[in-house]
Amino acid sequence: MMSSDTKTMNMIEAINSAMDVMLERDPNTVVMGEDVGFFGGVFRATAGLQKKHGKTRVFDTPINECGIIGVAVGMGAYGLRPVPEIQFADYIYPGLDQLVSEAARLRYRSANDYICPMTVRTPFGGGIFGGQTHSQSPESIMTHICGVKTVIPSNPYDAKGLLIAAIEDNDPVVFLEPKRIYNGPFSGYYDRPVEPWSKHDASAVPEGYYRIDLGKAATVREGEALTVLAYGTMVHVTKTIVEEMGIDAEIIDLRTLLPLDIDAIETSVKKTGRCLIIHEATRTSGFGAELAALVQERCFYHLEAPVERVTGFDTPYPHSLEWAYFPGPIRIATALTKILKD
Amino acid sequence: MPESDSRPASNLPPLSLHIPEPRYRPGDTPDFGNIEVPSVDATPRPSETTKPDAMRELCYGLVRVLDFDGVAKGPWDPKLSAERLRTMLRYMMLVRAFDDRMFRAQRQGKTSFYMKCTGEEATSVASTMALDRGDMCFPSYRQQGILIARDYPLIQMMNQIYSNRGDHLLGRQLPIMYSAPEHGFFSVSGNLATQYPQAVGWAMASASKGDTRIATVWCGEGSSAEGDFHSALTFATVYNAPVIFNVVNNQWAISSFSGFAGGERTTFAARAVGYGIAGLRIDGNDPLAVYAATQWAADRARTNSGPTLIEHFTYRSEGHSTSDDPSAYRPSDEPTVWPFGDPIARLKQHLEVLGEWDDEQHQVLAKELDELVKTTQKQSEKLGILGHGMHQPFETMFQDVFEEMPWHLKEQCAQMLAEQEAKFGPNWKPE
Repeated sequence: MMSSDTKTMNMIEAINSAMDVMLERDPNTVVMGEDVGFFGGVFRATAGLQKKHGKTRVFDTPINECGIIGVAVGMGAYGLRPVPEIQFADYIYPGLDQLVSEAARLRYRSANDYICPMTVRTPFGGGIFGGQTHSQSPESIMTHICGVKTVIPSNPYDAKGLLIAAIEDNDPVVFLEPKRIYNGPFSGYYDRPVEPWSKHDASAVPEGYYRIDLGKAATVREGEALTVLAYGTMVHVTKTIVEEMGIDAEIIDLRTLLPLDIDAIETSVKKTGRCLIIHEATRTSGFGAELAALVQERCFYHLEAPVERVTGFDTPYPHSLEWAYFPGPIRIATALTKILKD
Repeated sequence: MPESDSRPASNLPPLSLHIPEPRYRPGDTPDFGNIEVPSVDATPRPSETTKPDAMRELCYGLVRVLDFDGVAKGPWDPKLSAERLRTMLRYMMLVRAFDDRMFRAQRQGKTSFYMKCTGEEATSVASTMALDRGDMCFPSYRQQGILIARDYPLIQMMNQIYSNRGDHLLGRQLPIMYSAPEHGFFSVSGNLATQYPQAVGWAMASASKGDTRIATVWCGEGSSAEGDFHSALTFATVYNAPVIFNVVNNQWAISSFSGFAGGERTTFAARAVGYGIAGLRIDGNDPLAVYAATQWAADRARTNSGPTLIEHFTYRSEGHSTSDDPSAYRPSDEPTVWPFGDPIARLKQHLEVLGEWDDEQHQVLAKELDELVKTTQKQSEKLGILGHGMHQPFETMFQDVFEEMPWHLKEQCAQMLAEQEAKFGPNWKPE
């Protein structure tokens, strides 16, 4: 299904291209959100789409997340395939009831009378000096909802293929975009120059339609010493540190948190016997807790060391002390050393 | 940190916090003499394309058609045929017969919960009759009249109420949370006012597709306080969505009177003013006023002239649900002194005044409908009642969370099936 023409794209361009392809392919796809229309989005993810596909397909909305998600539920009931953008994941909370109690349960409560084929796109995560209202990682709130799928891409190629699969999915999907890596993969060293996506293999993105099925993890790096489970920005940070330390780690990019690719996790941890989980979100009740429990339940007799978590701290995301909060090279290196000690 | 009781020295009088209180509590003698009842022809009928700011007074007036002698008058008279009026009467009487029987079924322990709409039948039946069949209804929980006015099979409603083998919602939803897409009836949520922005989204979709169908939505005056209500009105006005908002102001939200939704300060129709949409405050116990207002709003929506907010001024004659006792928070004779009477009695009187109906016909019809409900109930109960046996295969609990069941639900389903097999043995079948 892959189109032959590829182009170098950053994450934003790949996400834009996914929506462009779907607006073209499916007349029921609509894109909406604060500033997404004429302006093309505060991160430019929808740039040019309104001009190309028209105002009734790509349009601005009031600053009202409850309304954005609620209206999208109604559009889905009509037969459209809405792709609402929530400008920052931190703003999703006013719309959470529409997501938790309505979108996620509509198929179930109506026994398939009505479905909600909605994809909520939203930038998340820190590392851009966004302060406590533009930096949060609410993925474990999403995975705790029954009836919602949660997807987090880590590179342009995946972002496009996963977003197309999310839009085509007949259930609601929360598509969390790691905004720190919109323009280039992040090494974890905030004081080093940013590398552009163009130097990364995954920036070669087919211009046409292709999909990456939801629920499938990717092995970013094969290795024997330990398994690192990560997603989004942290995939790149992990890779940098592991390579710097010369550790033969197997890095699994989860890509979809729900449904989770448990087979990939189980196979890898059983092979390496050690598991480190890395996420930027706060620690307590974070998605790492779920992963640690699953690994313990399924791989306990293969484990040679306790499962470790590297996470953000349980504080609001600080502004000036952002890099002291971020699970960066030192925190990761410390955990790697600890888990490999025995 | 300041101590809570330390205040700066001041010679100003102390502030006071207002906590709304209804006029009457149990033991009081209710008197609704304070409610203004404008004459039937006092409220003008503007054209359906009138700009909202040129018709603001309708948010504070009261659209009426039937006077208290049963005569239809004034500019809002929809001039329905006697046949149509009899159909409307029949639907409203069927709703009441259905309510009475299902309320009793709950009291008999055949289901967990029920909600009557006694006194409010017109707000859904007459409203639905003024719509086109393809128009989409987003109900709250007290709009059984929509289904009945669209001839939805009674037995399907009962099957849902009993969560029995015939319940197409597989026993997942609380009784009365119906879903009927073929009848243009959205799945009832149970969370309040969430249907408001959804209806706007449906209407926006219809408009963007160049469809001709419109959306309508209902909520109570109590849940008009929810943020979703205001989100919906904002989106509706921004996109000029073809939608009709119904606020059924039945004075009570469980035990909280309308003052807790702001009713002491202004009308609920007046919410429309700030949003720049048309608002109509109508006598919700007058089926012809409900019909006329809905028809006006539907014509307005269908001609791209904008959304309308209709406040149905009515009274909830019974408890909120089978779970509350209204005599604990309001005088028990309030419903009988409500100045706008009963919608069924008023339509009956109107047909009698027209010479199109009489008491004997009315008794015959009431008996026929009662029999219909009773017979249907017997058929439904053959498919099971709640709490007497389990009627759905256990694995249905895990179906439809997603289109395809992911591994974690498959695992949990297997666990649950093993638990049930341990309890009931391997050959158990739904009863």
